[in-house]
Amino acid sequence: MGLPLSGIRVLDLGSAWAIPIAIRYLAILGAEVIRIESCARPDISRFGTHAENTTEGRFWETGARFNHINVNKKDITIDLSMPKGVALFKELVKVSDVIAENFSPRVMRNLGLHYEVLRDIKPDIIMLSSSGFGASGPWAHYGAWGMGMEPTAGISHLTGYIDGPPMKAGIPYTDIISSVHGTLAILIALEHRRRTGRGQWIDLSQNEAAVQQIGEAIMDYTMNGRVQGRMGNRHPSMAPHGIYRCRGNDKWVVISVSSEEEWKALCDALGDPPWSREQRFRDGLSRWRHQEELDRLIEEWTISRDHHEVMHTLQQAGVPAGAVLTPKEILLDPHLRERGYIHKLTHPRLEGMELLGTRPYLGMPWRMSRTPLSLERSPLFGEHNGYAFAELLGMTQEEMAELEREGVIGNRPLADEPTYWGAATVPLPVLKELGYIEEWDENYHEILGLDG
Amino acid sequence: MADGALSHIKVLDLTHYIAGPYCTRLLADYGAEVIKVEKPGEGDGARRCGPFLHDEPHPEKSGLFLYLNSNKRGITLNLKTETGRRIFKELLREADVLVENFRPGVMASLGLEYEDLHRINPKLVMTSISNFGQSGPYRDYKASEIVLYALGGMMYIMGNYDREPLKHGLSQGQYLAAATAAAATMSAIYAQGEDGPGQHVDVSIMEAVTEGIFWPAVAYSYSGGVPRRRPKVGSVFDACMPTKDGYVAPVFYGYVDWDAFSRFMDCPELADPKFASHADRVMHSEEFAALLLPKIREWSKDELFHAAQDWRFAFGIVNTTEDVVHSPQLRERGFFVEMDHPVAGRLTYPGAPFKLSESPAQARRPAPLLGQHNEEVYGRLGYTGGDLVKLREGGII
Repeated sequence: MGLPLSGIRVLDLGSAWAIPIAIRYLAILGAEVIRIESCARPDISRFGTHAENTTEGRFWETGARFNHINVNKKDITIDLSMPKGVALFKELVKVSDVIAENFSPRVMRNLGLHYEVLRDIKPDIIMLSSSGFGASGPWAHYGAWGMGMEPTAGISHLTGYIDGPPMKAGIPYTDIISSVHGTLAILIALEHRRRTGRGQWIDLSQNEAAVQQIGEAIMDYTMNGRVQGRMGNRHPSMAPHGIYRCRGNDKWVVISVSSEEEWKALCDALGDPPWSREQRFRDGLSRWRHQEELDRLIEEWTISRDHHEVMHTLQQAGVPAGAVLTPKEILLDPHLRERGYIHKLTHPRLEGMELLGTRPYLGMPWRMSRTPLSLERSPLFGEHNGYAFAELLGMTQEEMAELEREGVIGNRPLADEPTYWGAATVPLPVLKELGYIEEWDENYHEILGLDG
Repeated sequence: MADGALSHIKVLDLTHYIAGPYCTRLLADYGAEVIKVEKPGEGDGARRCGPFLHDEPHPEKSGLFLYLNSNKRGITLNLKTETGRRIFKELLREADVLVENFRPGVMASLGLEYEDLHRINPKLVMTSISNFGQSGPYRDYKASEIVLYALGGMMYIMGNYDREPLKHGLSQGQYLAAATAAAATMSAIYAQGEDGPGQHVDVSIMEAVTEGIFWPAVAYSYSGGVPRRRPKVGSVFDACMPTKDGYVAPVFYGYVDWDAFSRFMDCPELADPKFASHADRVMHSEEFAALLLPKIREWSKDELFHAAQDWRFAFGIVNTTEDVVHSPQLRERGFFVEMDHPVAGRLTYPGAPFKLSESPAQARRPAPLLGQHNEEVYGRLGYTGGDLVKLREGGII
């Protein structure tokens, strides 16, 4: 049995996160994904976090985010601001199944590449347009970066310390939400096409996908007129339910207790301390009312212990508990490793990118028994121009050379340095001083078990 | 109206709480015929979770349950009995998909492991959603939303510099995993084509959460630095800022025309060259905040949000659930749907997450009452009214 999407060709016009991540899943599922960038505007995810924290050499190939998001894809360049670029893109549409883009809604229309046009070129084409607020409505043209969408969708108002202001995740969180909804939308449209032969246009609003995630709070408003607020790490009924400091620098464990049985197991694991038998902790409601004192007492026990050790001890006793894993601990986590979630990929050792080498990447959040999925390294900039233009479209070397001279295609960005505000590589000690990183490991290659 | 995209797909839904039911609701929204199987008498645990209509705990009035189970039919069946399992296998012969989110091992203990079910129906796609997946050392660990957020890595990167890590509000991880599971299920359905074999899909909620921290993770694997939550210096750039009547969330990401921004905020001091680049602004973030925050406070949140957008600054606005429900954007796009429920009455629900031009999502029916469709579904299998009475007396349905 081939991979689920073998034989499907996807043109990925996305930028940054939402669409490229949605299409990443399709690429890993076996679709042939052709990522389209241009020399004038390489994707911004190429810049900002670079291998060995340097932008020397081929800096556009060493961006961490791009190399994660674009695994299993091919990469070509077409400048769509040029008429020849638009014509070239239309040729590719003729031999493709899916087109995905996350420009603001007016862009594709201005380029003359909106769905109605593409459908005339390829009648059963499936097109996904992902935007902040969707393609219609009074806010359709509003600017939307993931960092601002989490509050707009109502999530931030429900997130934050008790009595503190609303908080954001610190990453473009709604891109994560809408990307997987984008993947789902395309798969549904593909199944519909398989059955009916018809393509369609998908209008995905990042705002609407994100509102899904707070459905029960929305219902509380529509049913009861109640506007829910922030609970920090607490829970409306469980106690204890929170985070506890452990031994070491910025190490934490979370514990949640939902039943009398789990409470007894927790007390057992803590060595049956006298306070656990006090009246104020006698039942769930009493514990919930006195959770601040309870939290302090539990932390007296966790503070001298390793966060992993606390998790294992409590779990063996039957108490839900989890170490608060750092990004480093995620990469080293024995559970994720045993499940094959962490993949090591090796990049080509080309001049100017020798430092990239082999790196670990996060994989797929699901496994398939009959069609196991695997990861392949992200493509180089314009690496597959030859494949797309010569093999798929039958162009000659001369024709391609001419397009290159005219700047329609190419295999390196025009800019000599990263073109993005965050691109400046700040030395790790400065990042630590500013509080952007907790610590750093000189020997992280060794820690991650990488070659050389 | 046109058929839904998935109107040819029959889903047997053994799920409860959030991660399973949101997955099958997504499939149901786009047309799949979903039959939700609940435990007789009790039903899905979500029926006992708030918010309740008028705060009155009642198994047919849970907002969580009503939201996550619309567009499904509902039957009851006791899988702990031999007869229950036999009937379940009859249902399974007709199904294309089975989705379950029991703890790993529960299906096996009922004699309903994938291998057994595959023998009964080789075309079956079975999706299992669990906290940590069907394998690995944490497989049998217990979890709750906060545990998954901690182990999934999202918690460590959220919160203030000098405070403890923080989880997102509500049950974000379980929703993410549910949408992931719906995509995973669809990938297996598409893989089998016209009549290929089904397969078993193993979805881990922890891993769905971990997808959210890919950037901090690759940052470590590319440089050895361990990213953490909001920094000591410059966290104002990621803050929700107070206005007269709520908060806005300015975004200083990508390209910002800084001169225009200082004009827009009526704050010429912001045009000072010391704020010229993002790095400059970070290094002078305290001064920056002292200049900007009083200006932000002069506005109401709605006025500032729309004015900023008119100037093409991609501000976000901190919306409450009330604001979301009354959002003119969501209203105009017909995002919310209304449905009549026999017990809970007419209520407004968030609708489907994306619009398909040829096969749109439809609000076809409200969430089922416990066992509402027993007659219809078992009737199709050939059970008579008399049979059902016996099954009910035997505690099977």
